[in-house]
Formats: sequence, structure tokens, C-alpha cells
Amino acid sequence: MMNVPAIEVTRLAKSYRTTEGTTLAVADVSFSVAPYEFVSLLGPSGCGKTTVLKIIAGLTAPTEGKVKLEGRPVLGPRADVGMVFQTPALMRWRTAIENVLLPAEILGLDLRNFRKRASELLELVGLGDFLNRLPNQLSGGMQQRVSIARALVHDPSILLLDEPFSALDAMTRNQLNVELLRIWSERKKTSLLITHSIPEAVFLSDRVVVLTGRPAKVLDIVEITLPRPRTAEMRVSPTFIHLVDRLGRLIGLEFA
Amino acid sequence: MNNSRSVRVAKVILSLIVFVMLWELGCRLFHVPPYLLPTPSDIAVRLYEKRSLYLGHSSVTFYETVGGFALAVLGGCLAAAVIVVVPAIRDVIMPLLLIAQIVPKVAIAPILLIWFGYGVLPKVLIAFLVAFFPIVVNTAQGLASVERELLELAQSLKASRWQVFWKFRVPTALPDLFSGMKIAITLAVIGAVIGEFVGGNRGLGYLIIIANQELDSPLAFAAILILSVGGIVLFGIIELMERIVVPWGSPADANIEMAKLR
Repeated sequence: MMNVPAIEVTRLAKSYRTTEGTTLAVADVSFSVAPYEFVSLLGPSGCGKTTVLKIIAGLTAPTEGKVKLEGRPVLGPRADVGMVFQTPALMRWRTAIENVLLPAEILGLDLRNFRKRASELLELVGLGDFLNRLPNQLSGGMQQRVSIARALVHDPSILLLDEPFSALDAMTRNQLNVELLRIWSERKKTSLLITHSIPEAVFLSDRVVVLTGRPAKVLDIVEITLPRPRTAEMRVSPTFIHLVDRLGRLIGLEFA
Repeated sequence: MNNSRSVRVAKVILSLIVFVMLWELGCRLFHVPPYLLPTPSDIAVRLYEKRSLYLGHSSVTFYETVGGFALAVLGGCLAAAVIVVVPAIRDVIMPLLLIAQIVPKVAIAPILLIWFGYGVLPKVLIAFLVAFFPIVVNTAQGLASVERELLELAQSLKASRWQVFWKFRVPTALPDLFSGMKIAITLAVIGAVIGEFVGGNRGLGYLIIIANQELDSPLAFAAILILSVGGIVLFGIIELMERIVVPWGSPADANIEMAKLR
């Protein structure tokens, strides 16, 4: 099983029909993610990263190419995938723990067994004292933690994160980066993160898949050589700065 | 918070008392004849004198209002659900709804009386007709306003249409349903009174017509007063229900909770 990639994306392309004709959003994207690996898809905003993620999640069908999860082709949504979105996407009428339980409920799992697991997960994301709070009684960062716990409740083997921290302020974002790594090291999951933040991609990932904008194409795949476990101090290490610089040059960003 | 609330209540009560006193003083000072504008004390006296009269008439109007309103909530929710779940039907239903809304209800009230007689039924139907539209529009909008990401989450978990409707759409729409209900209940009172104006021999609307014919303005004002108070009470009941059923709908309360946290 270890030799089979957890995620295998082969020559993926996606085009949309619009009134002006056909728009190519994704062109020829190939990469793979090994089991328990943390990989980021890095690219400018609106470059089709999210489309790639949706195809992997089975929410959209590709125009060309194929995706395999653990060796099996993706034909539709699958229960062994956990998703975290750009917004927390919580149910305002449910408490934190009830929100975390939602996937188990929809999948028809026995909730009695999952209540304990849900509170453990909220504990893990640092919300042990907030189980019975409604979302509007939590800050933005806390809400996003709830949604991470929700993505883990049904114990999926793959975690897909679609710019989960982009709506948060820089301080909360850095803090949640550290927390995500801690969670990831405690509950080993194959993780694929979409981001347009270079430091975030470097700090979290084993490898970074760099995409160009419109249509999305793979520019390069960069190995992140920083040792694990990663600490906040590494953000100022020469290796980190070098990698950030290199990725910046690759995308040709304004600030490079 | 509690303090500022009681201050607000005191302000409302005080301004009402001042208003009533100015009214009374003005009428007495300028010798306004009671058939033009009765003084509040005239109205109060009439209220007391004819107290046995109001109860029967009020209860009729109350039943008509609540009956029409309940029908509107039931029918409105059903129509909204159909519109949202079966979008193909939307184009059939919406124009009909719009026409039904644009037609002046006062104009069709006499026709309804011809069809359904002089009893309670036509009044209930008019109350229903005026109250229906705000409920359909608000509820349909609410049912359709589930966050895109939440719907994607549902899709990624392979939620059934049934699950999406009951677990995602219905709770999302509840605050909107209550907004619609608050508008609808005040309209239902108007609908019932319109029905009673047009024909019949019971209800507060009928009482107002009779009082006008006899130039008994204090009686007309007394009936209007009861009607207004009743309307406010019904509105208050719905607001109370909203607080119990939709506790998450009020962001003000959440801010207080957040303040407590800090």
C-alpha cells in the first residue's frame, strides 16, 4: 500500500463553457502525493487551484485526465476525504460539537460513538472549553478550528484544505499554521493544501507544487528541506528564507 | 444592558402618557366635538360601558386573523419549498403569485363574499391572501440562501436531497420565515377587517362600520384601539416564538456573549 500514491493526478485539464466560448481553467496538471505526505498547491489567486481541488474531491468532473485516490479512480465524492474550506462554513444553528458531528450524521454513523471523538477533536484544536458555543459566539480563527475538527471526525485518510486561513489576520494565520502541523503530526493524514501564501506553503509542506495562473499548469515541484517537527523560529532560518525567495521567483511575483 | 432596557421601556411608556394627555387637553381646550375626535377619556368610558360587546366581536376578528395567518404560513412554506426544490415549477408559480399579490384585495373581497357567503370563511380567505405573499417570498429566499461551501460539504459527504433540505435548507430559512411571519401577521389583521368592512355582522371591523353610521366615534375609536392592541400582541407572540425557535438569529445577543468571554 505504501508504494501506491495517496493522491495521483494525471494530465488534468478542465475547461468551462461561457457565453464568450470555452475557457481553459486547468491545463495539464500532474502530480502525486505519497501517503501521510503534506503537499501544497501554490499559485496566484484565481489560477484554478480550487478547481483542481474540487476535481480531486469528486465535486467536479475533469474535462481530461484522471485522479486516483489510493489507487482507485475518483468518480464522485468519497467519504474517506475530509474538506476544509476558505470560509468556516459552519451551521449557525448548531453548537461547535454538533457542527463537528455533522459528517458522521450525514454518513449515517452511530453518533453515540462519535460524541466522544468529536469532543476529543475539539480538544485537539484547542476548543475544549467551547463545545457548546454557537458559531457566532466564536472568533473567526476559532470557527476555522471547528471546521478542521469537522473535517477529521469521520477519520478520513485524506485531508483537502482550500485556502483555509486566507480570511484570517496574519497573527491568527501563523498561529493556526503551527496548530495545523501539530494536529497533522498527531493524526497523520495525507494532506493537500491550496494556498497563495508562499511562507505558509513552505512552513507546512513536504513538497510544494507551483502552479502558473490561467490556465493552471505545473511550473515546478519544490522539495521543502526544512526538518520536522517545524517550529515558529524556522520562519527566520536561512533555509526558509531561501525557499521563500526561490518560490517567489518561480511564480514571478511582484514582491520577488 | 438590563438597565438601558428598562430605561427604554420607561421612555416608551412616558411618551405614550404624554401623547394621551396632550390629546385630552387639546380636545378640551378647543372644544372639539366627540363625533369628530373623541377624547381618550371618552374612549375609555365607552370601552368600559360596552365591555360585553367587544369580547364577542374581538374573538371573531381574532379567529379570522389567526386562521388566515395559519393558512398563509402552511401554504406559504409549502409553496416556497416547491419553488426551491423543483426549480422547473418556479416559472409557473411565481407569475401566479405575483398576480395574486398585485390584485387589490379590497377589490376581490366582495367577490369572495358572493362565493363564500357572509360568514367567517371569506374573511379568513382575505386574511390568508394578504398574508401569503411575504411568507412565500421570505421563506423561498431563505431556503435558497444556504452557503455555497456548506452545500459543497453536503455534496462531498454524499448527502441526500432529503438531508440537504431538512438539515441545511430548513434551518437556514427559519430566520427568514419569521421575518415573513412578522409582516404577515400585521397584514392578516388588515385582511380580516377588510373582509368585515365589506360584509357581515360580526367582528371589530363590522363594529367600526356600525359606529361610523351612528356617528358614535368613541365606539369606533375603542374598536380601533382593541384592534391595534390585539395586532401588537400577536406580533409580540411571533417575536417571542422567534427568540425561542431561532436563538442564533440575533447577532446582538452573540455580541453580549462575546463581551462576557473577554
